[in-house]
Amino acid sequence: MPRVAVVGVGISKFGRRKGVSLRELTFEAFKEALEDAQIKKDEIQSVITGCASDEFAMANQPGAQIQEYLGLNPKPHFRVEAACASGSMAVRAGWMTIQSGLADIVLVNGAEKMTEVSTPKATEIMGKFGDSTWEYPFGISFPGYYAMLASNYLATYKESGKTDLAKIAVKNHYYGTLNPKAHMQKIVTEEQALSGFIVAYPLRLHDCSLISDGAASIVMVSEKVAKRFDKPIWITGLGAGSETHAIGRRKSLTSLESACVAADQAYKMAGITPKDVDVAVVHDCFTIAELIAYEDLGFCKRGEAPILIRNKDTYLDGLIPVNVDGGLKAKGHPIGATGVAMTAEIVKQLRGECGERQVKGAKIGLSHNVGGSGQFTAVHIYEA
Amino acid sequence: MAKKEVDDRFKKFGTVSFTAITKTNDFISYLEKGKVMGTKCKECGAIYFPPRSDCSKCFNSNMEWFEVTGTGRLLSFSELKYGPVGFEDDLPYTIALLDYDDYKVFGRISKDISYEDLDVGMELKTEFNTLPNGQLSYVFKSP
Ligand SMILES: [Zn+2]
Repeated sequence: MPRVAVVGVGISKFGRRKGVSLRELTFEAFKEALEDAQIKKDEIQSVITGCASDEFAMANQPGAQIQEYLGLNPKPHFRVEAACASGSMAVRAGWMTIQSGLADIVLVNGAEKMTEVSTPKATEIMGKFGDSTWEYPFGISFPGYYAMLASNYLATYKESGKTDLAKIAVKNHYYGTLNPKAHMQKIVTEEQALSGFIVAYPLRLHDCSLISDGAASIVMVSEKVAKRFDKPIWITGLGAGSETHAIGRRKSLTSLESACVAADQAYKMAGITPKDVDVAVVHDCFTIAELIAYEDLGFCKRGEAPILIRNKDTYLDGLIPVNVDGGLKAKGHPIGATGVAMTAEIVKQLRGECGERQVKGAKIGLSHNVGGSGQFTAVHIYEA
Repeated sequence: MAKKEVDDRFKKFGTVSFTAITKTNDFISYLEKGKVMGTKCKECGAIYFPPRSDCSKCFNSNMEWFEVTGTGRLLSFSELKYGPVGFEDDLPYTIALLDYDDYKVFGRISKDISYEDLDVGMELKTEFNTLPNGQLSYVFKSP
């Protein structure tokens, strides 16, 4: 099978972007991606936009706003929705569009503007990503879902503790300070992380990712066209999985089955094992999610994720650097943008363009993007 | 002219419900009688909580109701300090998941149990309750 390459990436500044609309945010990312790829707008043949929520956009078909604002009509365009994995599923759809032969040059955007609604309204919108019939009427919040995973994880693996969650926050906040596009550039100490106010027991303030505005764009091309470009980064493995909507129907609360099957498919397709991965970005919407990701991705055995973070194995100089861009935790989590921004980060890592947060000599990268509390997971593998 | 009656019983479920209509609306009528019910497929025996009107294992829709009785093991819980719009008066509250072996029940812990007294693995029972706003629900209590 011919391969698909990413040849241009752009990310808007993530944060509370007051005074900038959804379409204007995407324009920032799009312009940067075009310049990075050194192609003209008119060369794009097809467009896909990941955007998770009409309620955050306060509009239906927010993708259409974006497509017009980027000046891309009448090129084919559709939107992909897979909750917090919308971005990675859009990348997957971009790969499919190219592999099907429908287009050779595809633009994939991810965008979300989350800070225009009140915090209780944002809690409502996020809560409704869960089962709105059987779980929402009890007042579940999005942190509530991951708090349930955390309570079960901490009870299942007696050696693990809240300090392990705090250590994830400390790492990702530290790396956020090295990423100029990150929402928050502030170091958090373990003491601060352990004494922050409780959002959803046992998760505290610093266990939760940020509600952010942001956009990311990438240019994907067929192998045939990729020859034109200096530093194509190849997508060599893709995997995806799904999980029950209701948390009560899960087989496990210490793992996401969707992530396990996605990782398995992606490793097989790329012909690699977890040990071959040089740099990874994983879906740390909450600190517990990063611990679980280490295990679901096979970076360690079940129950051993706390050891990985205690040993600093996922730091820049460690065995497998994870989220050295700050993760969702510090970089921010504008839902639909997240997956596309993950791809952009890995592309930059494999090109060696990440400056202070560069993983030296990284050749193989991985992104792990989870929608909802696991309902959609995409794992992609990239090679230089 | 009389309006055609809509069976929207389900809007009575929980503090705030975004669902009004489902084929499992009888769940609400059972709640009104104080019973928390799931469904069982008469064809293949699959057990469902929350109740379903169609079996995803054998694709039959021949279901019967069963009552959630006895105790379940506390699988996980979280005390929420922040809630969505409409839940402000309830805060803080503790959500939880009970494991009844054949099925699991998601819901809330009774206000008279502090989350600090909860331990994963402890036995709790599921009981019907009426909420302060008149809505119908169920709650987890000490057996
Ligand atoms: Zn059946």
